Amino acid sequence: MNEMSTKWIGKNTIRPDGADKVTGRAGYAADNTMPGMMWGKVLRSPHAHAVIRSIDTSKAEALPGVKAVVTAKDIVEFPLDKSVMLGIQDMRWMCRNVMAREKALFHGHPVAAVAAISEEVAAQACALIEVDYEVLPHVIEIEDAIKDGAPILHDFIRHEGKPSNIAGTMVLKAGDIEKGFAEADIVIERTFTTRPVHQGYIEPHACTVSYAADGRVTIWSSSQGQFMVRAMTSLLTGIPQSNIRAIPAEIGGGFGAKTIVYLEPVAVLLSKKSGRPVKIVMSRDEVQRATGPAPGSLMTVKIGAKKDGTLVAAKGDFYLQAGGLPGSPLRGPVGCSFAAYAIPNVLSTGYDVVSNRSKVAAYRAPGAPHGAFAAESVLDEIAQALGLDPLDMRVRNSAKPGDKAIYGPNFGDVTFVETIDAIRKHPHYSAPLEKNPRPGVKRGRGVASGFWYNAGGESSVQVNITEDGNVVVTTGHPDVGGSRASIANVVAELIGIEHSRVNVIIGDTQTIGFSNLTGGSRVTFASALVATAACEKVVEQLKDRAAKIWKIEADAIKWQDGMALPAGDNAGKFPPLSLKELAAKANEMGGPIGNQTQLNTTGADPGYATHCVDVEVDVDLGIVRVLRYTAAQDVGRALHPAYVEGQIQGGVVQGIGWALSEEYLYDAKGRVDNASFLDYRMPVCSDVPMIEPIVIEIPNSKHPQGVRGVGEAPIVPPLAAIANAVHDALGVRFYDLPMSPPRVSARLEAAG
Amino acid sequence: MTDIRYLAPRTLDEAVGAFAAAAGAARILAGGTDLLVQMRAGVAKPGTIIDIKKIPELTTIEQTAEGGFRIGAAVPGVVLADHPAFGKAWPGVLEAINLIGSKQVQGRASPGGNLCNGSPAGDSVPAMIAAGAVVTVQGPNGRRSMPVEAVPAGPGRTNLTPGEIVVSFTLPPRPNGSGDAYLRMIPRTEMDIAVVGMGVSLTLEGGVVKAARVGLGAVAPTVLLVEDAGRALVGTRLEDAALEAAAAACRAACKPINDKRGTIAYRIKVAGVLLKRTAAIAAQRAGGN
Repeated sequence: MNEMSTKWIGKNTIRPDGADKVTGRAGYAADNTMPGMMWGKVLRSPHAHAVIRSIDTSKAEALPGVKAVVTAKDIVEFPLDKSVMLGIQDMRWMCRNVMAREKALFHGHPVAAVAAISEEVAAQACALIEVDYEVLPHVIEIEDAIKDGAPILHDFIRHEGKPSNIAGTMVLKAGDIEKGFAEADIVIERTFTTRPVHQGYIEPHACTVSYAADGRVTIWSSSQGQFMVRAMTSLLTGIPQSNIRAIPAEIGGGFGAKTIVYLEPVAVLLSKKSGRPVKIVMSRDEVQRATGPAPGSLMTVKIGAKKDGTLVAAKGDFYLQAGGLPGSPLRGPVGCSFAAYAIPNVLSTGYDVVSNRSKVAAYRAPGAPHGAFAAESVLDEIAQALGLDPLDMRVRNSAKPGDKAIYGPNFGDVTFVETIDAIRKHPHYSAPLEKNPRPGVKRGRGVASGFWYNAGGESSVQVNITEDGNVVVTTGHPDVGGSRASIANVVAELIGIEHSRVNVIIGDTQTIGFSNLTGGSRVTFASALVATAACEKVVEQLKDRAAKIWKIEADAIKWQDGMALPAGDNAGKFPPLSLKELAAKANEMGGPIGNQTQLNTTGADPGYATHCVDVEVDVDLGIVRVLRYTAAQDVGRALHPAYVEGQIQGGVVQGIGWALSEEYLYDAKGRVDNASFLDYRMPVCSDVPMIEPIVIEIPNSKHPQGVRGVGEAPIVPPLAAIANAVHDALGVRFYDLPMSPPRVSARLEAAG
Repeated sequence: MTDIRYLAPRTLDEAVGAFAAAAGAARILAGGTDLLVQMRAGVAKPGTIIDIKKIPELTTIEQTAEGGFRIGAAVPGVVLADHPAFGKAWPGVLEAINLIGSKQVQGRASPGGNLCNGSPAGDSVPAMIAAGAVVTVQGPNGRRSMPVEAVPAGPGRTNLTPGEIVVSFTLPPRPNGSGDAYLRMIPRTEMDIAVVGMGVSLTLEGGVVKAARVGLGAVAPTVLLVEDAGRALVGTRLEDAALEAAAAACRAACKPINDKRGTIAYRIKVAGVLLKRTAAIAAQRAGGN
């Protein structure tokens, strides 16, 4: 069964969502409307940090057209002293994030919500809600939050026995770090900062919910996991999961940030109170101010090496901004920064720092780009100091199969060197680069690598043969990066039929078995695995049906090109039975044909990426532009190559934005000063060159098609690769991102 | 929901009458690329919208008898780009107008709107100032003219009196040996707002600068005419020392603020850099004319 031809796998088949998206018919969360629907609006804190003394909603409730008002009193409270986890999310923080309880912790923190007959009336009602705040001093930046005397956000948080904004730590170690540095011929230690960046999905958060008279709830919303929406909404509203049907809308980008809820529980409570369907759509301003971002960071990395470039010790201290409530992705920098390298002595420590900004959400390889910026910049500096080629030095130090990873397990395959070699052999790496093409213009080249864990986890699929002999596949995962197209290719291949006869849809929580979030580069890995198992069972059923018709043993039948055939001459001579013929006879031969398979999948090996970039710096204006970018990654098997390339290109472009232009800016009162796409500068098309992906396919032996994850690894190297290239151009190394024009200009002036 | 009255008069007199009658509650709609965005954001809440795109005088481009151009205030950038002669005479003004927004925006956005929006960072304004353009306005008390640089009063404010509507821009005839250019610094390559905008117009004779005007945007509450920079160039052959003197004049004219788009130090530095670069392009164009 796994000995496959590749009629469909590896082909750029037509996307299942393509026609709907290009013709504007795709149903996104904000497209839904219902009879009698109310508009919900969230009242948000005007202060970055304030005690909420009281909330008086009576005037808002009295306004004609207002049907319901909710505050934190309506949300299920999870006491501060007892953790209740859903995946990696602690419900103590989620209940306080969807609606401020004791305190408003950031400007834009929800404090109440209204359902009314129109958006205008809802907005008027919000203005009539009287909140009595006791404004407190606020703190935004990590450096300020960890200082003695900093405003403390949460009295219950203690670090080293004292009240602190450090909400937690994570430590990974190997060997003896002091001994390691003592053995080193060269030790370089540098401190880095990155600014918080937003995932920047085009589609703002939106939902429509209907709480029916019998207590059953339907939620239409855009997320990376309808089961997450159901479970969190259940926990935060007290409604049993069996009564909540969460229907996933088409999603306009998530990049990790739609793995938690903001609006759904609030809308459910408004609908429950009002008895009407309720729709809430965030504005871009709300999205930028109060959802997502990835944390900013303050990091110190120290690496020791022998003269020949052998790494002997690495130490990292990674402070990440969690936002107003604990929970930054420490696992990213702490676990990934040094993981691709065989370093005998490592001490990697993460600090979860709360401050008065919106609670961070996952963003592509959460935390890993931060750590790689620091670690891969220091590696570049060591290679330069030792006079080594930076790629050679990485090859020399690659982890080996069987090595114990710093985060626990022993590595299976390690395909890091293959990504380095791919860059080394690519014409880009050896192409001449004129360092000073015109007066005032300098160019440079840089490389960096990246590591991401990848993941398996729970996945469910149904493969059903229709009465007319075609295939409907239902998966439980919202499609953010091509999972439908990939699964269609796998199923067409395994059933042996034309791709156009396979229709892949995404089920809702009450029509398909539990499936975990789309995230962590796991969904194509996991869903291809369960789809393969389901197809194998369907083929067995088809062979059984043919056996009954021919009155021979099923073992004597083979399935080929979508038809049952006698396995050999001994089996007898019968004309082939096609899928269509077997489907037509299904009911007389035992009933409908189909299978549902659910598994907790395992065997996702890590992803490795190595990137090479050329930059050009306009010295007088401080502008850095990316001229050429090549990104090599081992993807295992590219089920749908165009989507794989798109994932790599997309990750790189986001990394370019992070390195050069994106950052949250705050005013003196702790308010986000650039909550729009105009002044929150994501790259536009003309800012980036064509990103050339090198798709390396070394099959993952633990997966039927050889799939590894794709989506996260490409955002890990760009920050360091670009900083290394800028250093090559200017001879000045940047330790603080973004390398925006005013910063580059100021730094060059200071350097003389 | 608040009702909004929409008027689309066919004559300027009608428009002025309606605008004056609304006594501040009306807004003029040309391309709408600022107004409609402001309305959506809840910043502007006009009771009446007066669409001036149906008035011929505001939507036509004419060559004047003296050899200059008269551009209707509501002419969108793409129409100006299609004009056979305008871009040859005033390439800098044209490139400035067509740096505003995206292609879609350029199909609507007009120089009149850009000026009346009152943004210190409006792209067409420094180029118009450098060009020596004169604005004709009409109000309840009749018609008057003023140089472009006299229109802005501060961020979001103009010196137009109540009821006055910008009718047209008049650009002077171009002597031989003239060229203009506009450059702006933006962090992105497009879809952005100027951190500094620089318009330079030069007339050269035998390699010597006979006339020079410099318009400088986004570094002060209004777009500036930097007369000292123009004076520093006149009589020179654009030697390094002359360019540095003009750059210094531009830096001295800056009164910027630190904001999310740039620091004071950065803006001042960039003003000088852009003067040199813009002057070089204008001189090259002048040499070709």
